[in-house]
Amino acid sequence: MNEPKPVDERYYQLLHQLQALDFVLVELTLYLDTHSNDADALQQFNQISEERWKVACEFEASYGPLLQFGLSFSGYPWQWNDTPWPWQV
Amino acid sequence: MWVYEKKLQYPVRVSKCDPRMAKFLLEQYGGADGELAAALRYLNQRYSIPDKVIGLLTDIGTEEFAHLEMIATMVYKLTKDATPEQLIENGLGDHYANHDKALFYQNASGVPWTATYIQAKGDPIADLYEDIAAEEKARATYQWLIDMTDDVDLQDGLKFLREREVIHSLRFREAVEILKEERDRKKFF
Repeated sequence: MNEPKPVDERYYQLLHQLQALDFVLVELTLYLDTHSNDADALQQFNQISEERWKVACEFEASYGPLLQFGLSFSGYPWQWNDTPWPWQV
Repeated sequence: MWVYEKKLQYPVRVSKCDPRMAKFLLEQYGGADGELAAALRYLNQRYSIPDKVIGLLTDIGTEEFAHLEMIATMVYKLTKDATPEQLIENGLGDHYANHDKALFYQNASGVPWTATYIQAKGDPIADLYEDIAAEEKARATYQWLIDMTDDVDLQDGLKFLREREVIHSLRFREAVEILKEERDRKKFF
């Protein structure tokens, strides 16, 4: 096991922003699973989803793909193997 | 299918090397009410439950894998700098003899995970009541884990996980009401 590649302050800032948005989305998802007719919650869900997508793109542009199987783009060389992995930061 | 996302659901920080807490945390890794059991329990129940709650079981089951990764991260960070002597002193000598510092699906007492921890009755109410109980038991364990450490960074992650159990329990209870409502409606029409 080598030492993971060090990350800068912006990595943590963007990651934190993404985690915060994703928390809202997880909460809204589970809520909507049992309250399918709540239009306000649904509107909020769609709005935050869009915001989340923008932050994820910004994160990936600097720090590589978050997802696999074609859901994220990769630069050359193949970036998926790049550290850090989530438990290394 | 499932897609892995290269980030934790919530930041995991620890302020010191602490193999003692790592050992206790294994209860939520490979224990009866731990995150592995939770994920497998809910995802397996989906195939025989009414359509109205399949989405909820899928989403909570998936979130449990994110929690499993958080627990793994805690154990990893709490033990990565520990010497064999420190592991022995803190009750992880048996673990080290078999696994070095590899994680293993076992509980705090070293008992390996078993499918007998989870039920699958095929009866929607029985299954959902089991899920509610599992969430409440996990919440209790998280509280006891929080009580056993003075590491505020570790406590922060554990408190997040404790609160998720509360929400999951609430949603499962709502799911029970949705199914009861549907059942009663069928009776009258």
